[in-house]
Order: sequence, then structure tokens, then C-alpha cells
Amino acid sequence: MSALEIHEVRKDFGNERVLKDVSLAIESGEFLILVGPSGCGKSTLMNAIAGLEPVTDGRIHIADRDVTWLTPAERDIAMVFQSYALYPSMTVRQNISFGLEMRKVPREEREAAVERVADLLQITALLDRKPSQLSGGQRQRVAMGRALAREPAVYLFDEPLSNLDAKLRVDMRTEIKKLHQRLGTTIVYVTHDQIEAMTLADRIAVMRDGHILQLGTPDEVYNDPVDIFVAGFMGSPSMNFVATILEGQSGDYRVRIATPGEADLVLPWPVSRETPAMAGQVGQPLILGLRPEHFSEEDRRLSEQAEGTLLEARVSVVEPTGADILLRLPLGETEVTARVGPKCPVASGERLSLRVDMGRAVLFHQENQRRLA
Amino acid sequence: MDNVIRRRTPGARLARLALYAALLLAALFYLLPLAVMLITSMKPLDEISAGSLLALPQSPTLAPWAKAWGEACTGMRCEGVGGYFWNSFAIVIPAVAISTVIGALNGYALTKWRFRGSELLFALMLFGCFIPFQVVLLPMAQTLGWLGLSSSRAGLILVHVIFGIAFTTLFFRNFYVAVPTELVSAAKLDGAGFFRIFWRILLPVSAPIIVVSVIWQFTQIWNDFLFGVAFSAHDTQPVTVALNNLVNTSTGVREYNVDMAAAMIAALPTLVVYVLAGKYFVRGLTAGSVKG
Repeated sequence: MSALEIHEVRKDFGNERVLKDVSLAIESGEFLILVGPSGCGKSTLMNAIAGLEPVTDGRIHIADRDVTWLTPAERDIAMVFQSYALYPSMTVRQNISFGLEMRKVPREEREAAVERVADLLQITALLDRKPSQLSGGQRQRVAMGRALAREPAVYLFDEPLSNLDAKLRVDMRTEIKKLHQRLGTTIVYVTHDQIEAMTLADRIAVMRDGHILQLGTPDEVYNDPVDIFVAGFMGSPSMNFVATILEGQSGDYRVRIATPGEADLVLPWPVSRETPAMAGQVGQPLILGLRPEHFSEEDRRLSEQAEGTLLEARVSVVEPTGADILLRLPLGETEVTARVGPKCPVASGERLSLRVDMGRAVLFHQENQRRLA
Repeated sequence: MDNVIRRRTPGARLARLALYAALLLAALFYLLPLAVMLITSMKPLDEISAGSLLALPQSPTLAPWAKAWGEACTGMRCEGVGGYFWNSFAIVIPAVAISTVIGALNGYALTKWRFRGSELLFALMLFGCFIPFQVVLLPMAQTLGWLGLSSSRAGLILVHVIFGIAFTTLFFRNFYVAVPTELVSAAKLDGAGFFRIFWRILLPVSAPIIVVSVIWQFTQIWNDFLFGVAFSAHDTQPVTVALNNLVNTSTGVREYNVDMAAAMIAALPTLVVYVLAGKYFVRGLTAGSVKG
């Protein structure tokens, strides 16, 4: 059963079209993340689902019921807001039970729901406090508690972690994931943080300019991006894009990277990554996409069996992060980032041999930025 | 302690002394009229004609106050300003309450339930703050006549409410614009409607701005003379009009002590309101300018 279905939803603000025929469907129990840069329409889409903004055109179904013109209260949804939006004059207990009270749930049931939710989120000790007496993380929990108390068909989370500090954000991220696994709730979650998207989602919808560019599992979006935007948006540090020219023929494609002052670098294109569309692009300028982790420092003991192509470059910057080291080095006319192990003995200015795993590389059209292979 | 580290040279001390002296002088200057009124209102008439304006009463008496309250002549009648004092309350209390409630609802609707043209509507309402009273006297008299409210207390209340709405709407609108709209969205999702959200979510946090609105409206309406004199019948006149009549009624000798006592009576309620709630007034006016 579809918990939520959106059919060709359009939204205009004045003359500006903020949502352009957006369609998607999610199954009951699924965790969908809408991700994209600010202004991409993800929050507008969220408000449309919530019923806080009427759509210009299109239909929205929740639990197989057409809710396009129903009020937010009639839609069987609950929302966790970025600012938490806790009612300042009410205690935590009243905040959590307000929605039930509005729905005329009897007092005993309301109290039971508050107990259940408080227990689940470990906020029982806070029930008689006012929101102003809570820390950011506690407010976040109460905001989730308020949503959970009603047990709606769909939960909406609007950038719920963006007001927390880095440490707490990671903790709450884990808790949200645990909660989802435990309760099997259907969640639509808006964020601009691609790490949140990768870690939490069953499926990710990458949005830009009012379109969904790609809707897929985290693995699909990360490893098989549909275009340069998605490839660059997902992953941190982001994917390296290098200008290249395709050579050869089917079964023996190569990409040539022109390097000023040195011999061109020619990398073989693996047969397994070939697509028919490549045939028409031989001799054309294309964009080669390589993630930082597609590079690795050459290990001389393993060089016999190791896959991938060797390249050598002068390292310009060395950035140790603790868990690994990020290197900046020139590749063709651009500077790329490579991620190597924390023990890699390299200093800036030194030359280093790196192995490139072409089996995970991607190729894009230069003109329309779409994926070629 | 004012938490400032200052120079401690003799020159700096002298400058500070001069500063305090100047401030003290200014304060005394501002207090002088009040002092003269109080002193005069407690002197017998012969002391006033004989002594200086600032001399303290030799034999203090409250008789002028009693006369001003219960016996002094305001035009034809000689019943003092007491009755008109209560008249004023009967006008001010409903007018303040109604204009504050409407202002609060307007401010709420203009910020949390925006509609096409709501900003324009607010801008037009702001004009109401700048309309001189005199401009509307004749049209208002005509309108009250049509409504059958001429010279009635209800008519005067209506006029004050209409004039007050511009200000109260401005106060509440500017206060509610700083209240996060997500609160209203959350309450909508929780199933609350327009009035429920107002009553349960917005109103409980509105105390500072309600105080501002009440003080402002109370002072404005209590101190109003023009509408009072134009739109009320004799028995519904507010105290300001009665005070004017009392002072202008010239039969025999002019009783300055009674005039002053009557003026003090007319000014007391606004003074009391300021003393009791002035702190909240300042707090409410600045609320919203800082987050929280």
C-alpha cells in the first residue's frame, strides 16, 4: 500500500514556478529523504504534503485517500519543525497531548499516549517543564514526541536536526534511525545535509529547481548519479570533475586527460562500464567523475594483484582528518581531492603514485551534464 | 552598581557632579506643576490670594477636594466632577477592552493568516494613526446620527474603539510578527482552528503587548476631550469635559483650589495606571525587538 503518492504537483508563487510537475510515491514504512540546496523546492513540497500551502495543480494521496484539498488537520500527518515549534505557554505534557486533545481523545487515552511517548524518548522527567527550560536536544525530543503521540499515517520532518550542534546532531540522527526501525513509521524527511540523507534514507529524492532529479536508494544516488549535479551534491568531499576526451572504440575505450606541460594522461575505460551511447561521443570533450575514495596510495607489496591505473602527481596540500588524509593534487587542468589512508607518508610538494579505480568512475556529457556512462 | 569603570580624577568627579545637578534641576522643573497643583488644592482660598504660589499650606485642608468631587458647579448643575469621573470609567473600560480585543485579532490575522492584500490592508490601517481627530468630527456626528447613537455613551465608545483599532492593531501586529509562524503551523496540524490557536497558543504569550495596548488606550481615551465634548450628552460627559466646564463656570470668586483638586482627580487614574504598569509598558514596547 502506498502511504503517500504525489501526482504531478505544481506550485506557483506569483509568476515563479517553485514545483514543476513533481511525482513520487512511497510505501508504508519507508523512510524518504528530500535533499537539495536551498531554494530547490524541498520545503515547499513538504508544506504541500502537510497542507500548509495549497498546490497550484496536481494531486496528493495519503493512505490511498485524496487529500489535495483537505486541511492539515484532516490529513492524518504529523510534522517535526526545524524550530521545534513547541507551544511556549504549555508544559511538555500539554505540548504532547495538545493534538490528541484537539481530536477529542478521552483524558485517560491521552495520558497513556504521553506516558508511552515519554518512555520511548526518555523524557519522562521533563514532562512538567516548559519548553524554555529545556536544552536544544530535549526540545528536539519533545517535538518528536508530539508527532509520535498521534500515530499518524505519515510523519514529516523538516530539517529537524539543523539547529543542533554537531555532536548532538549525530546522536539524534542515530536515534531517529533506531526509532524508525523500531516503529516502522512512514517518514518524509527534508534536509540539505547529504550525510543525513545517506545515513537515514531508504530512498533519497535529490531536488533542484523544483524538479526531482533522481529518486533512488542511497547506493544508487551515490554510485550511479544521473547527472553532474547529483554526483557533486552527494558525498563529502565531493566528486572530482575532470575535463577529458573519449578515444578508442567499443571494448577498448580510453579517456585522455590533457595535462599542461606534461604528457597526456590516458586511462583505460573498463569494458563493464561501457554504454552504447559512448559510441557517438568518441573524440568529444566529456567530464570524468572520480570520487576522492577512488584514489588510493600505491602499495608496493600489492602492486602485482592490485586493480586500477597508476598515476603520479605532485601533492599540493595535505589535510589529515584523523581517520584518513585528504590530498589535493593536479589532474589535467583541475585540482582534485584524493582520500588516502592515515598512514600514507606524504608531505605537500612531494610526488606520489596513486592508483585510480576506474571501475567506479563515471562519465558525463559536457553540454547537458547528463550521465553518459 | 552600574558596572562601569570610571576615571577618578578631580575633574571627572566635578563633571559628574555637574551632570547630576543638571539632571536634578530638570527633574524638579518637571515636577513643579504637579507640586503647585497639589499644594494649591490643599490651601484655603484666602491663603492662595495672600501667599506665594510655592508656599506650603499653613492649614492644610481637603475641603477643596470634597467640593470638587461633590459640589462644584459644572455649568448649570452643581454636583461636582464625581459623577463624571464614573462616566469616564464607563466609557474607558469597554472602549479599551473592545479595541484591545479587536486589535489582537487583527494583528493575529494579519501576521498568521496572511491573505492577498493583507499587507496593503495593514498599511491602510496605519493611516488611522495619523488622522487628526478634528477631521472626522462632522462625518462621525452624521454617522452616529444614522446609527441612532448620537449623544449616547455607546456612540462615544464606538468612536473611541474605531480610533483605537489603528493603534492596537499596530501594536499586536508588530508583536505577533515576531512569534514564529511554525507555532501556528504546528497547531494547525494538531487540529486547532483560527480561534483555538489564538486562544491557546498566541494569547498566553501576549501579556506584554496587552499591557502596552491597555495603557495606551486607557490614557488616550481617558484624556480625550474633543470626542467627549462633541459626542456626549450632558449626563454622559467624561470627566475631562466636566473639568473644563468646572473651570469655565464663573460665578463670583474663582476657586483655584477647587479647580486644582478637580484637575488632580481627573489626572489620577492615568497616573495610577502608569505607576502600576509602567514597567511592563517599556518591557512590552521593546519585546519582539530582541528574540524571545
